[in-house]
Amino acid sequence: MIPPSFGYSAPRTLPEALQLMVQHGDAAKILAGGHSLLPMMKLRFAEPGHLIDINRIPELKGIREENGLIKIGAMTTENELIDSVLLQQKVPLLPEAARLIADPQVRNRGTIGGDIAHGDPGNDHPAISIALDATFILTGPRGQRNVAAANFFLGTYMTDMQSDEILTSIHVKPFSTNKTGSAYCKLKRKTGDFATAGAAVVLEISAGVVSLARIALTNVAPTALNAKAAAAALVGKPLTDASIKAAVDAAMAICDPAEDLRGDIEYKTAMAGEMTKRAIRLAASRCK
Amino acid sequence: MSKQIVTMTINGKKVEKAVEPRTLLIHFLREEMVLTGAHIGCETSHCGACTVDVDGKSIKSCTHLAVQCDGSEVLTVEGLADKGVLHAVQEAFYQEHGLQCGFCTPGMLVRAYRFLQDTPDPTEEQIRMGMAGNLCRCTGYQNIVKAVQSAAKKLKAQTKESVAA
Ligand SMILES: Cc1cc2nc3c(=O)[nH]c(=O)nc-3n(C[C@H](O)[C@H](O)[C@H](O)COP(=O)(O)OP(=O)(O)OC[C@H]3O[C@@H](n4cnc5c(N)ncnc54)[C@H](O)[C@@H]3O)c2cc1C
Ligand code: FES
Ligand code: FES
Repeated sequence: MIPPSFGYSAPRTLPEALQLMVQHGDAAKILAGGHSLLPMMKLRFAEPGHLIDINRIPELKGIREENGLIKIGAMTTENELIDSVLLQQKVPLLPEAARLIADPQVRNRGTIGGDIAHGDPGNDHPAISIALDATFILTGPRGQRNVAAANFFLGTYMTDMQSDEILTSIHVKPFSTNKTGSAYCKLKRKTGDFATAGAAVVLEISAGVVSLARIALTNVAPTALNAKAAAAALVGKPLTDASIKAAVDAAMAICDPAEDLRGDIEYKTAMAGEMTKRAIRLAASRCK
Repeated sequence: MSKQIVTMTINGKKVEKAVEPRTLLIHFLREEMVLTGAHIGCETSHCGACTVDVDGKSIKSCTHLAVQCDGSEVLTVEGLADKGVLHAVQEAFYQEHGLQCGFCTPGMLVRAYRFLQDTPDPTEEQIRMGMAGNLCRCTGYQNIVKAVQSAAKKLKAQTKESVAA
């Protein structure tokens, strides 16, 4: 299968890319790693008239710490997330989750920005970003704006991003190493499978009491879910079997999965609960 | 759409061709360059039979455009042997019975080559994780793992020899 015909440009700078977006209007589509877009084009689910390949724009790549934030270029690949010593030390949830995405070859191409911008509820970075309280930097012809991950995902393949905007970077606060713990638990049938259900958890425990909790779920609704009530069930008390059960029940209550070959609604909801339980326990065990 | 000129180095040889932007790298390699080693198994980025090396990284050439390789170094299975002498990974795959029908083998070999460049002294778990993007319907993987382990030993011995020489 080959995709339908399209034009192609590979700009070297961000302003050049933005200019091309304006020039080609609705026909234009950004090509990042291509590992969601090209498969969709082969199936004619997407038929862009012009691809703007942003792989040759150096300023969209790389991970750095600046002004108390970890800044990740949108074109950073999954394998680069895994190999980043800075992330391993300061935001270990990202390399942990990236290891559970696809396979080595796909991780050499797939980017964190593409995984987020695509708006697929099966993708893992949306829930990870929500659990990290990440901020997305969007750049367009009218300048730059920041959107919180929790407000970005509007529906399946629908995000707050406008068609002439480019997701340029992802900002995350580094963990305060002495009390933050995180975990991503993902149930999948095999390597390269999307989640049957996944749960991302970030916890802070101070003097035996949960002082902060964020929980987000993958692939159990039309978008990644911000499980606020589940997180609230943990905060302000020590972690106990009862508080974990309350969080799990609250997480399951907001699930709205689609039935498919990975399972029916009841099974996926139960698995979202199980992943939430495991991720809470694992994150707590990592709070030092 | 009009064709675009791309220049790339394939297995050490520089080539310049006009390609349609929609031409997938695998089709460019197989049909334009007549390098039919890399196979098309699934064409949906799952099986890894189309794996080649682009700029020192393993990729699935069914999910990459030929125009994206302008200026790149591409290595396919045809580029592994040196003047008729098999590469250590090729030798190890046949000695350890790392193949049966051979359909997955070109992708396995090119992936194993890159994996061992990145991870010269791998554990079994690292091999299984590193080769997880390549599917094989025949071997049950056991002998593929053994072949990669054996290739790692051969490559280490070769490095020692060349250091000694
Ligand atoms: C075999 C296989 C298994 C996979 N398994 C998983 C998995 O387990 N978990 C998972 O999360 N994903 C998985 N994926 C998807 C993979 O991670 C994709 O790489 C990812 O979803 C999209 O990122 P990309 O860089 O490839 O983007 P592309 O495919 O290039 O783009 C995707 C969409 O986002 C837009 N876009 C991309 N970047 C930007 C940007 N910076 N600004 C604005 N718009 C942009 C594009 O225009 C396009 O519409 C899998 C893919 C394959 C082929
Ligand atoms: S043909 Fe490319 S992964 Fe199967
Ligand atoms: S040897 Fe037949 S598919 Fe691997």
